[in-house]
Order: sequence, then structure tokens, then C-alpha cells
Amino acid sequence: MVKIYISSVIDAPADRVWATIRDFNALPKWHPAIKDSHVEGGLPSDRVGCIRNFNLKDGGNIREQLLTLSDYDYSCTYSILESPLGVSNYIATLKITPVTDGNRSFAEWTAEFDCDPDKAKALADGIGNGVFQGGFDGLKRQLAGR
Amino acid sequence: MVQVRRSTVIDAPIDAVWGMLRDFNGHERWHPAVAESRIEEGRRPDEIGCVRRFRLASGGELREQLLRLSDRDHSFTYCILEAPIPLIDYVATLRLKPVTDGRRTFWEWRSEFRTPPGEEAALAQLVGEQIYEAGFDAVKAAFGQAPALRSRSSSAAQGPVPVAGDCAIDGNGMVVERFGGPEVMHWERITASPPGLGEVRLKHSAIGLNYIDVYTRSGYYPLIQPPAVPGMEAAGVVLDIGPGVHGILPGDRVAYACAPPGAYAEVRTMKADLLVVLPDDIGDELAAAVMLKGMSAEFLLHRVHRVREGDHILVHAAAGGVGQLLCQWGRALGATVIGTVGSIEKARIARSHGCAYPIVYTEEDFVERVREITKGDGCQVVYDAVGRDTFLSSYEALAVRGHLVSYGQASGPIEPLDISSFVLKSALLSRPNFGHYTGTASEVRSITDRLFDALRRGILHVEIGQRYALRDAAEAHRALEGRRTTGSTILLP
Repeated sequence: MVKIYISSVIDAPADRVWATIRDFNALPKWHPAIKDSHVEGGLPSDRVGCIRNFNLKDGGNIREQLLTLSDYDYSCTYSILESPLGVSNYIATLKITPVTDGNRSFAEWTAEFDCDPDKAKALADGIGNGVFQGGFDGLKRQLAGR
Repeated sequence: MVQVRRSTVIDAPIDAVWGMLRDFNGHERWHPAVAESRIEEGRRPDEIGCVRRFRLASGGELREQLLRLSDRDHSFTYCILEAPIPLIDYVATLRLKPVTDGRRTFWEWRSEFRTPPGEEAALAQLVGEQIYEAGFDAVKAAFGQAPALRSRSSSAAQGPVPVAGDCAIDGNGMVVERFGGPEVMHWERITASPPGLGEVRLKHSAIGLNYIDVYTRSGYYPLIQPPAVPGMEAAGVVLDIGPGVHGILPGDRVAYACAPPGAYAEVRTMKADLLVVLPDDIGDELAAAVMLKGMSAEFLLHRVHRVREGDHILVHAAAGGVGQLLCQWGRALGATVIGTVGSIEKARIARSHGCAYPIVYTEEDFVERVREITKGDGCQVVYDAVGRDTFLSSYEALAVRGHLVSYGQASGPIEPLDISSFVLKSALLSRPNFGHYTGTASEVRSITDRLFDALRRGILHVEIGQRYALRDAAEAHRALEGRRTTGSTILLP
């Protein structure tokens, strides 16, 4: 099992950051690597169990299923159903925690998955730095500075 | 159940921060509120179930027990066993998480507890600010980071806040070596230590001279243990601030009139809560000349006794510091001000400040004059800080249901008196204490708002009759005690 943990501080209040992330279909709005997205079957994008189907800017299509959503602790968990990445049993969690000192947000993105051992490091870097940190950088650009 | 949650980001790697916080007994090294701490029974500080017993810098002892410790998730949980404040069933967790983006550390400190009914908000605030936020600022300082600007909406315009320096600042001040006359005050080296929790460090620009400084120096009021610096009033600039200080920044121009004594110095470290940030139109010298006397006049005329239009009021020492303010403000409130003074020159001064009937008491019997002026009725209120020499006569000058406000005793202590004699007039007697009317930040704000407004509108004009160098404070005391001063006197460092 490969484990990834990426965390950052976003200079915006936690409820604003959560409101942006909560929409399972809104990746194109804040993630720089995502071109477009739709929810299969027209389900609402905060329905636990719904599936988002999205395309990356540099090609590649991914399908992910929403497993948990919590407005109480500002977190969501999802799994990858299909992707070109070469990962299996991939589950990820995105969580926002308030930083009361400065009314900011602490953002955490974690993932666990299986893969070919030779590819583990490259995948960890690519997903960790590329997808997760890239996503946080996108959120910062969008939200920071109020 | 009250829940308190505070969190911050420390600009240091999680291993370094965890190394500092993991030691359950280590808080005495970094938390400003903790004076000393030890683990009971010689147990290890990471032994689950161990108890830390510690004393607060402000006094008070606590015992807390370690319930859970995890190096894996950089957290520990503990509960209070004994505390001097009612935090009931208090359980707290401290947890760190790495901020991979920048090799920083997220720190969350949270607790749940119960309190006596009605105390939830106050105790939640105390825990959140004085324990958690103060701890955050201290650890940040330890890692060379500025404390956060918590009470501001926009930090961009303010510029960086310097971290409280960890070195003492030396200067000079007047030190009372032992109780006695003016000669016991000496010009000596003094030190202002780095500001701790809730404290600021000031550089004084002007210091107010007040009669209470005489009582401090003579020991008549037990306000200091010599050797110590006297003085209760000053204005100056904030050099640096300690953790947990809200609303005051380095560089602010401030003034104060409060205990404990210590104003007769070039630099001073003191609690921030009763400081007033000065408006642009109130200068340092004016503030030092008016804060203590002006606040006294405000509560004497508005709170100890509510002076009304048409009242006759008697002000002793009407040309003195407080006297001049009582005359001006009393007249503005619509009262007829009768005053006693020691000389014809002082009579002119009193009259120019709104005293309609100044009486030179060395030449006339002021009780007789009061009866003539009030057509036999007497005064609704008498303000008497002279004490022994005047007290009984002040009573004579009262109207029926009049109020004798005894707010000082410059001539000496008042003799014991049979209070039942007051039945002859249904008289009121008050002995107000400055500290009881000005002891909270909101009271100070309310009083100084009215005082500054009265100054701004020209209702009050403050005469700085005398200026001395701070090192000549003994001279100033001699002049004050010798009744040679008029208006306010300030000392300049």
C-alpha cells in the first residue's frame, strides 16, 4: 500500500474553502489539471455514491465515486473506479480544518492505493505533488486574500 | 459542555515542534503563564497517567494528568485534576500535523469542560486566549516567528509586528529607598524586563505628579515595598508587547492612571489592560497632566455623586490639580461652585476656572461664607481631599441630605467620628477609592471618553503649572507638599 499525505495552509476561512471543495463536480473550477467534469446519471454532486466523470487537460479520463461527505468535519472521501494511472484500491480523503489564528484553513489530502512496486515512487510524486499540491495551489489562487 | 478549539501554524518542521511540546513537563520552559512545574512521584513525563503539578505566574496551582500520548499522530490528551478556576471535567488534546507545503506545523489545541452556570463564555475565552493563544505565541517566538495579529481585520497595512525582545532594557528612575520625606527618593539605574503575558514595555515621555505619590513615598498608603519606584500616571510610547495583548501595538502612544506604582521611570514593563491609546489630539504632556486628576474629576462629579444643574458644590483646594477640574466641570454641569483656597492669587486662579465664589480660608470662615452664599441652606455636595483640617467644617457646610465626598487627606488622617451625628442632616458620606472606579478596561474607556471629549470641547482646560526634570522629583514633592503648586505638575524624563 502506498500512502500519500499532502497538506497546506490556505489563507481563507474554512467554511469558504469547504464550500468550494464540497461540490464533487466542481474540480474544473479550482483544480488547474482538470478540463471538464460531469456527474453520471444526473445525480446531485453532493449525493454520497455519485460518480464524477472528468477529463484531464493533458488527456486521460477518470471516474471517481463519492464515498463519504461530512459538513461536520469538512471532509470527503472518494475512490477511483477507472483511470489511466495504474492504481488499484485507490481511496483518497480531502479535509479542511480551521486555523483560528488568522482565520485561515489547514487543508489535508491523503490517499492510499496499490500499484506496481516499480511505479510506486513516481506515482506518489505525481499524485502527491502534481494532483494534490497542484490542487491546493489552485485553491489558494482562487480563494486566498479574501 | 463548553468546547474550546484554537489552532495555528508554526513555521518549523513537525519534529522540532513535537520535540518541544511532547514533554508533558516542558511547558514551564515555553508557556508564559507557567512559573514552575514538576512531575509528581518522580515519574517520567511521557508515562501515561503521570501528573504534572505546576504553579501559574499569576499564583494558583494546578494538577493535570496525562491520559494518552501518540508519537504516531503527534498528539497527547490530558485532564485537569485540580485547578483554582472552575473548569470541571476538563479534558484537552494537543495535536500536531505536518504542513508538507513549506515544512511547517499545524497545531490544534482543544478541550471540553463544564463550568458553573453563566461562566461559560468567560472561562472559554480565558482558556482560548490565555492558555492556548498565549502558548501559540510563545512557541512561535521560540522559533523566531512573529505572533499573529488576532484582533485586526486586515494585517496588510500594519507591517510586521516585532517579536517581543528577550532582553531587559535599562534606564533611570526615581527609587524610594525607604519610607520618608522627599529626600528618600534617588535617581538610579532601573530595568524594564521583556513583557510577559498581557504586558507591554513603555518608554515614558511625561509623568504626572499626584498627591498619592506623596502617600506612596511616605508609606501612609502601603502601596510599595521599598526600594521601589513610585508614580501612578504617565504617557509614553509602546516599545514592545507580550503575548496575549490585544488592541495595543508597538509604536502606539498610550497613557495610564493606575496601580501598581512605577511611573517615575524612563522605561517600564506593566500590564496592558488599563492603558489608554491616546487620540491624535491629546498630547503626551496633557495626558500625563490630566489622566489621574481628570478621571478622578469625572467619577467624582458623575458617579460618586451626580452633580445637577442648580446644585451648590464646595471644592476644597479649588486652585489645585483636581480642584481646577472640579470647578470647570462643575460649572459646565450647571452647578454653582464655591471653593476654598490658601491665597488671593489662588482665588483668582480658581475663579478663572469657573469657581464663582473662591474663599481664602486663611482669612475667612468658609462655613460662614457658604451659609451666606447659599442663604443658609448649605451645599448639596462637598469635595474634600484636605482631610483632618477641614472634615468637620465640611460637614457643617452641607445642606440637609447633602453628600460629603472625602477623597483624600492631604492635611492628615481624619479623626474617628460618631457617625450618628450625621442624622442631624441626613448626610451622606463617601470615601471613594480611585482603583474601585477605574479598575476595568471598560470603565477606563468610558471615563476617558468623557474626559477627552470635555477637553476637546473646551469644557476643561488643563494648566500645567509646573514642569520638573524626573530626576528632580524630590523638588517637585517639596513644592506640592508646601502648597506652592497650582494646576498640574509633570515630570519629564
